[in-house]
Amino acid sequence: MSASVAEVIAVRVPERSWRSEVRAMRVVWWRDMVRFVDDPMRIAMWLIQPLLYLFVLGAGLQTLSAASTEGVDLNTFMFPGILCMAMWFSAMFSAASLVMDREVGFLREMMVAPVRRSSIVVGKCLGGTTVAAIQGVIVLALAGLVDVPYDPVLLLAMFGLQLLIAFAVTAFGMMVATSFKQAQTFNSVMQVLVFPIIFLSGALYPVSGLPTWLAVLNRLNPLTYAVDPLRRLVFDRLDISDAARRTLAPGVTWWGWRVPSLVEVGIVLAGGVAMLAVAIFQFTRTE
Amino acid sequence: MLLMPAMSRAANSSTPPAIEVEDLAKTYGEVEAVRSVSFTVARGEVFGFLGPNGAGKSTTINMLCTLARPTSGTARVSGFDVARERDEVRRHIGLVFQDPTLDGYLTAAQNLRMHAELYGVDARVIPARMRQMLEMVDLWDRRGQPVQTYSGGMRRRLEIARGLMHSPQVLFLDEPTIGLDPQTRSAIWRYLRALQQAEGTTIFMTTHYMDEAEFCDRIAIMDRGEIVVLDTPEALKASVGADRVVLGTADSAATLAALNDRFGIEATVAEGAVTFQVASGEAFVPRLFAELDVGITSVTVSRPTLDDVFMRYTGSTIRDAETASTTSLHRETIRAFSKAIR
Repeated sequence: MSASVAEVIAVRVPERSWRSEVRAMRVVWWRDMVRFVDDPMRIAMWLIQPLLYLFVLGAGLQTLSAASTEGVDLNTFMFPGILCMAMWFSAMFSAASLVMDREVGFLREMMVAPVRRSSIVVGKCLGGTTVAAIQGVIVLALAGLVDVPYDPVLLLAMFGLQLLIAFAVTAFGMMVATSFKQAQTFNSVMQVLVFPIIFLSGALYPVSGLPTWLAVLNRLNPLTYAVDPLRRLVFDRLDISDAARRTLAPGVTWWGWRVPSLVEVGIVLAGGVAMLAVAIFQFTRTE
Repeated sequence: MLLMPAMSRAANSSTPPAIEVEDLAKTYGEVEAVRSVSFTVARGEVFGFLGPNGAGKSTTINMLCTLARPTSGTARVSGFDVARERDEVRRHIGLVFQDPTLDGYLTAAQNLRMHAELYGVDARVIPARMRQMLEMVDLWDRRGQPVQTYSGGMRRRLEIARGLMHSPQVLFLDEPTIGLDPQTRSAIWRYLRALQQAEGTTIFMTTHYMDEAEFCDRIAIMDRGEIVVLDTPEALKASVGADRVVLGTADSAATLAALNDRFGIEATVAEGAVTFQVASGEAFVPRLFAELDVGITSVTVSRPTLDDVFMRYTGSTIRDAETASTTSLHRETIRAFSKAIR
């Protein structure tokens, strides 16, 4: 033993630079990837969940709604919403891991490293985004089963939107995770928030013709602006009647003005960045 | 290797001491966790902070590690101010916390890699350094297993290996061997000593194991937020000198009076037992039984230990310390003896 330490390999810690920050982000991201890949059960569960929503919930409700969907399969209608939901759940899982890191003490290891705390949050957010996007791609691969064509342009555009949504939802999760320190509190908050946010987003129903109170809540829900462009993207490519398009994908309106997809995308991006900024602020201030 | 601060400063005035603390204090609301503490730790020294839980050891270590901001006073680690140059301090220190901070889902190698990357260690030397650290703590063969399959002792060894991954100038250890079996504890000390010799790492540790403090070059005894005494273990023990006798009795007050009466001994009551010091404990016990007419249920005689040093300087035993393993055998012998003669 003493022989091996005699010729010890000394290393040095360089001065802090943008390069070390990038490395820190990358390794925080890398850790999320390692943990994701090492957990086949989690991946399997993630496959089951959207399938359940799509084919059990969708098929069941179809029997009620066949008349009002203008001949469009309810599964097709719900597909973009399910995509958002799937990413939501996986992003929340990543955010929860930040809370767990605090609980098992690992967070301290990252906090005392000579790197900016924002790098840790950003790395963590990128990890969550990647994992959520992978989840999204798995769901996207099922497109054919719900009569959404495997059109490369469509798929690519959907993937781009997905990345954005995955980022925004993860940022939201990070914001909640940095606000509530205990895993139990975090989980309760998420439980309370998840269904209102998903139900109010229009993931499961069209957003036109709603009662006023519901319409207002729907327009205030950030997830609305993630679901809508995704749905428009899909419906623009579907071979369906104009009536069906008007009913099922009417688009989000503000006082009668139809909000363009680009504005919606901008809202999601700005929201994501703002929530990430709040997460960084809280993380830097309190720990 | 015993380096006194004065010597090292004289030898090389351009290198600052590993740790310099002046009037450091930390207040949480009304509670004064640390009150105006001052000390200097030389480079390459093994420095122990000894005291019961709640004495302010962890608070002090947290301030030195930039995890807590001092309320007043200054502290410099490797020449950098802990309040104003936090990043510089962090670059030069390694930390082993009291509570585990490993990722149980990652393997040992992955935990170390994560650490090295966070500290910006040159990627080309990471594998070699990792191997060396893991071999040092005898975990190289288990490097590919998730940490959650490790025992408590293995995890602690891994934490130490990780804290050393980036060749820190000062390694802080907060209760590094708490809850570990004696073999693991001595193994950990062997690693720390080996590394300290190889790289000249300064080691700053807190403990409430008295026997562990003996490994330190110097010890500061802390109680109620203050350093009550600071010296080498040898000097501290010499300052106590006498053997310690602890009597279990039904009537402490009567025993105190009787001891004072018959032997002129000023005893104190601590943790329900009457405690006092005499020059030669073994010779004193027979006299005690012959002359004392108070009921005695047990007698313990022990050689001066750091417990006694603590007792001497703070007036109480280390409140939550585990039974000192060095004296327990001794204690049992005497207990058997006192039963036999009753």
